[in-house]
Amino acid sequence: MPQYPNRQFLDFEQPIKTLYEEIEKLKQTAEKSKIDMSDSIQKLQDAIVEKRKEITDNLTPWQRVQLSRHPDRPYTLKYIEKIFTNFVELHGDRNVRDDKAMIGGFAQLNGETVMVIGQQKGINTKARQLRNFGMANPEGYRKALRLMRLAEKFNKPVITFVDTPGAYPGLEAEERGQGEAIARNIYEMVRLKVPVIIVVIGEGASGGALGIGVGDKTLMMENTWYTVISPESCSSILWRSWDKKEIAAEQLRLTAKDMHGFGLVDEIVPEPIGGAHWDYDEASAILKSCIERNLTELKELDAQKRVEMRIDKYCKMGHWEELMADASMAV
Amino acid sequence: MKKEREEDFENNLTGEEDNHQEENSKRSWFKRRKKGILTSTADKKETPEGLWNKCPNCNHITTTKELKEELFVCVKCNYHHRIGSEEYYEIIFDNSEYTELFDNIRSIDFLHFTDLKPYQKRLDEIHSKTDLKDSMRVAVGEINGEKMVVACMDFEFIGGSLGSVMGEKFSRAVDYCIEHKLPYLVISKSGGARMMESAFSLMQLAKTSGKLSQLSDAKLPYISMLTDPTFGGISASFGMLGDLNIAEPGALIGFAGPRVIKETIKKDLPEGFQRSEFLLEHGFLDFIVDRKQLKDKLHQLILLFRN
Ligand SMILES: [Zn+2]
Repeated sequence: MPQYPNRQFLDFEQPIKTLYEEIEKLKQTAEKSKIDMSDSIQKLQDAIVEKRKEITDNLTPWQRVQLSRHPDRPYTLKYIEKIFTNFVELHGDRNVRDDKAMIGGFAQLNGETVMVIGQQKGINTKARQLRNFGMANPEGYRKALRLMRLAEKFNKPVITFVDTPGAYPGLEAEERGQGEAIARNIYEMVRLKVPVIIVVIGEGASGGALGIGVGDKTLMMENTWYTVISPESCSSILWRSWDKKEIAAEQLRLTAKDMHGFGLVDEIVPEPIGGAHWDYDEASAILKSCIERNLTELKELDAQKRVEMRIDKYCKMGHWEELMADASMAV
Repeated sequence: MKKEREEDFENNLTGEEDNHQEENSKRSWFKRRKKGILTSTADKKETPEGLWNKCPNCNHITTTKELKEELFVCVKCNYHHRIGSEEYYEIIFDNSEYTELFDNIRSIDFLHFTDLKPYQKRLDEIHSKTDLKDSMRVAVGEINGEKMVVACMDFEFIGGSLGSVMGEKFSRAVDYCIEHKLPYLVISKSGGARMMESAFSLMQLAKTSGKLSQLSDAKLPYISMLTDPTFGGISASFGMLGDLNIAEPGALIGFAGPRVIKETIKKDLPEGFQRSEFLLEHGFLDFIVDRKQLKDKLHQLILLFRN
């Protein structure tokens, strides 16, 4: 986890940066003048925590989207490292190649083997390229499916981490059937006989997210978003301009609070004050306990019951109006 | 296809009336479904045979009546004009007779979504203009004497977009198939998910897949027919999940739209990219079927699945 001065600050986080700078100044003054300034420094450090809270308490939906993309935010491999032990990464879809935007493998949760799968973003410029910004190609989804089937065969629960701005919209992706790959995953995840827990840890964009996002329980971390299209693309199509992303983010109701309120996700996972990027250990510990609790519950159900409940859950999603039979004839 | 047609189905997803002339001529027969008397756009000449139509692919001029007799396929270049559920039902069901199912379900603006216009206003406007209740209709009828449930999209209803209503109708159609032990055909023609229903639209991908899982367990055949255009959430769910995936010739089919891909890779797309023939070549379709052979082909398939 980066520490100041290596931290990055979003525009609405600038007041925090200012406080850090004040601390630095005090430290320098203390050094030079040999005066004990620890009280003042402590006050500023408390002020930073206060400020982090104040900022995240009042975020607009668009700012929440920005926070979900914070460059210091932990990604899938970080959560795997902090929550699980004995992780063995498994590569390849056995067909085309190994997609670096999608990772997965066996790991243990408190000594019990599970399959972990997730989109992976890069932590620096070079890695971001390698990971294709978390945008998987069809072979990524097919690798994920291969690992899910492996898990099913050996009766291991599946835990997925969703963090993608979307499935990759490329020429080869279309040639290799991006739509089919996502469709197949959604279909197979609906039917998977083992417990499936989904965690949205960052961006949950559209079919690219749902392609590893169908399960018994969907957990959404506090500062993430999840909806049918990114606010930018939505703005460009419905408003015919790239400048309405803030409004699109509002209209889409894409925050964890909204999604939970609609019953489209099962639980909101709290984050450390100011967001997961402030404390990877704490973020992981909170998430770990949520996963443990849900997994324990899910394991109590028999496989068939679990699949029935899963399908029922998705079948209840949607709102429409039903006209009376005779009234519709009268119209 | 001789000429690459510029495709802008995203525009239809906005639910805006299309003012583009060519688009209007492509869709002129839809006006028949308008409430009240047939209305024509200003530049259309009405003749006893109906309206004139120009083929968007080869510019061949024909009357709507002639075009209808040819099942809306260009006699000169075999271009398959975009048609709606009514036309498909008339083409495939015996004597054009069928029973419509679940037609009392309508979309509502649950989220109070407003882009350039409130979603509810868009819905009200479309409902006042056409008899369509949403972007998908479901019907049961006979195809050369064999019963089949056919769900079919109407592109003119917000670009055939997938929202809660389509998901629910799809679901009930599957239940109907299971109850009556009937095969299921879905004719897709859609720009993708309905953005105005936000994540509720997205979840329809999981909902419809769940229903297909039940249909599969009941060992009933599901045929997915893709027509021009089929994109986004449809191809990323039930559109690509058929026991058989088939398509009309020359249909544009894909996950990401051509505009988005072009902007991403910063290159022009090869000719024929994302057309039915391209998908067949890459292994994602079982076969391509001409509209004129569709009915007999479906009948043949029903028999093959059963006997
Ligand atoms: Zn023609």
